[in-house]
Amino acid sequence: MSDNQLRVVWIYPDLLSTYGDQGNVLVVQRRAQQRGLDVARLDVRSDQAIPTSGDIYLIGGGEDRPQRLAAERLRRDGGLTRAVENGAIVFSVCAGYQILGHEFINDLGQREPGLGLLDVVSVRGEGARCVGDVLGDIDPRLGLPPLTGFENHQGVTHLGPTARPLARVRFGNGNGTGDGTEGAFNDTVFGTYMHGPVLARNPLIADLLLKLALDVNALPPTDDRWYEALRNERIAAAQQPA
Amino acid sequence: MAGNSDPLSPRAKLAVTAGKAVAAASRAAGRGSGSVIGGRVALKLDPDLLARLAQNLDVILVSATNGKTTTTRLIAEALRAAGPVVSNALGANMPAGITSALAGSSDARYGVIEVDEKYLAGVARDTAPKCIALLNLSRDQLDRAAETRMLAENWREGLAGSKAVVVANCDDPLVVWAASSSPNVIWVAAGQMWKDDAWSCPSCGGVMQRPGDDWYCGECGFRRPTPSWALSGDHVLDPHGSAWPIHLQLPGRANKANAASSAAVAAVFGVPPQVALERMYQVQAVAGRYDVVQFQGRDLRLLLAKNPAGWLETFSLIDPPPTPVILSVNARSADGTDTSWLWDVDYTRLTGHPICVVGDRRLDLAVRLEVADQHFQVYENLDQAVAACPPGRIEVIANYTAFQDLRRRVGN
Repeated sequence: MSDNQLRVVWIYPDLLSTYGDQGNVLVVQRRAQQRGLDVARLDVRSDQAIPTSGDIYLIGGGEDRPQRLAAERLRRDGGLTRAVENGAIVFSVCAGYQILGHEFINDLGQREPGLGLLDVVSVRGEGARCVGDVLGDIDPRLGLPPLTGFENHQGVTHLGPTARPLARVRFGNGNGTGDGTEGAFNDTVFGTYMHGPVLARNPLIADLLLKLALDVNALPPTDDRWYEALRNERIAAAQQPA
Repeated sequence: MAGNSDPLSPRAKLAVTAGKAVAAASRAAGRGSGSVIGGRVALKLDPDLLARLAQNLDVILVSATNGKTTTTRLIAEALRAAGPVVSNALGANMPAGITSALAGSSDARYGVIEVDEKYLAGVARDTAPKCIALLNLSRDQLDRAAETRMLAENWREGLAGSKAVVVANCDDPLVVWAASSSPNVIWVAAGQMWKDDAWSCPSCGGVMQRPGDDWYCGECGFRRPTPSWALSGDHVLDPHGSAWPIHLQLPGRANKANAASSAAVAAVFGVPPQVALERMYQVQAVAGRYDVVQFQGRDLRLLLAKNPAGWLETFSLIDPPPTPVILSVNARSADGTDTSWLWDVDYTRLTGHPICVVGDRRLDLAVRLEVADQHFQVYENLDQAVAACPPGRIEVIANYTAFQDLRRRVGN
């Protein structure tokens, strides 16, 4: 962060914005503005260069072919990798999460290289598609309340030694590995299968991204009563049998 | 003239009779119109019944993400100028409901049929349509429906061998991709406000360029075809360049677009645009949509919006502030159980309107509106929300089952 301006970069909305992914950008933007920050939001299409000077990068979910195209273009561009080397924070969802790993299975059924920014490898699941409300406990090191979200994917993501699971699910599938892990993170890069606007249900994850980007331990409080009401409702719903 | 002159086979007759009997029983039991269950029974007895019922009709299929029920009504009204019409006017748009609707009439010349997007290819195979109208394709219920681009691909494959005249919206790249496999297409510049499902070229994956109303792929040359019909403000331009005024009771740009497509369809069957458009004026509310009802001393206008593209068009037709707006969203299985699409809707367009929020998923909407920096109030139910609004017009926008709840409550 420089010039007192927080630069939020939304990567490839033309390819990876399938279902409400813009929500994560809007929530980060809003919560930064509520803290008096000047936010510059930059939506970068896949025929444009990824700026390397952003503070927070958000990357969403997408269909199988757009996911492959996004991976190809991000590898060719190289900007996101340089941004992470500069210390930028990255938050990724579903297809975007898989792209940040070492590899995933593309729409042609082939192994597609990712960016290797997270120590994970994704394959295609054999079972039914994972669809529904999820409830999980976030890694205690992050000091966050339970994770609530909605999943809709068929991927299975295995974590390597330098990636930690973002959460352990109480209800739902998450990484689909059967061991209850959901998502992955390292010091600056985060990934989750909670699709679409997951930060709307978990505003304190948005705040964590802001704190990491600003290098502060705390942020001024916000009025979160609607977020809280929604979280309570969805956490209860996740515990109901389908 | 293609009346239903050929008698149906005994088996088909039996199937039609059995289907009607079951439908009547279902109605008597208070379970709706019974058309779907009746159609299911009939199709079970005679799996080819839909094809048999269609063979004596000039069939017109209408499909889209948004506007298919209304457009089906507009086309049906226009074609009545040329002969009797049978139609699934109540929106039962899967094979069972379509079968039931066609079984309901024996003397029709035209069958104007709304088809669910996922079933278009199959119904087109079964009914050998003379004409297929394709209006738009955009994201809708991704937790239970196919991905939007896959739907376009499915249409494209299904239409490749069709002999139908395809009337298609050239302003929607996904529709153009789907229709261009077909040898006989009439392009209509019907517009499309929502653009966020077609930034990636459906042909090659390149990035779409969109200068003004035009669009083209920067990489492969896939581009907007030249239309022969167009919506231009309040007029339909026909292929001869004549401008015909659109007079509708239905509000909004999207319905003018539906009227333009409907006029192009009517012309395929020899109904001139002037006649077609005059007849379309008859169409008032369609299955309760756009209806204005009195409730608790207020005038509620009932607006259905099921997905981001639909909400965008709906915001463009509501009365300006300070007209209050009531929003109602559910996420039952018929709606899709995932509410993430709310984040694709630009609620800042409601700035200045008093906003009331109801529905099963009012808390999702509350967070969405909070992040959009809108002023809003959340209420337990419609009655409380209406009571909080001053007398006069209220715009009520609801998604699918929320809309049904709304109609039930206001007695519409």
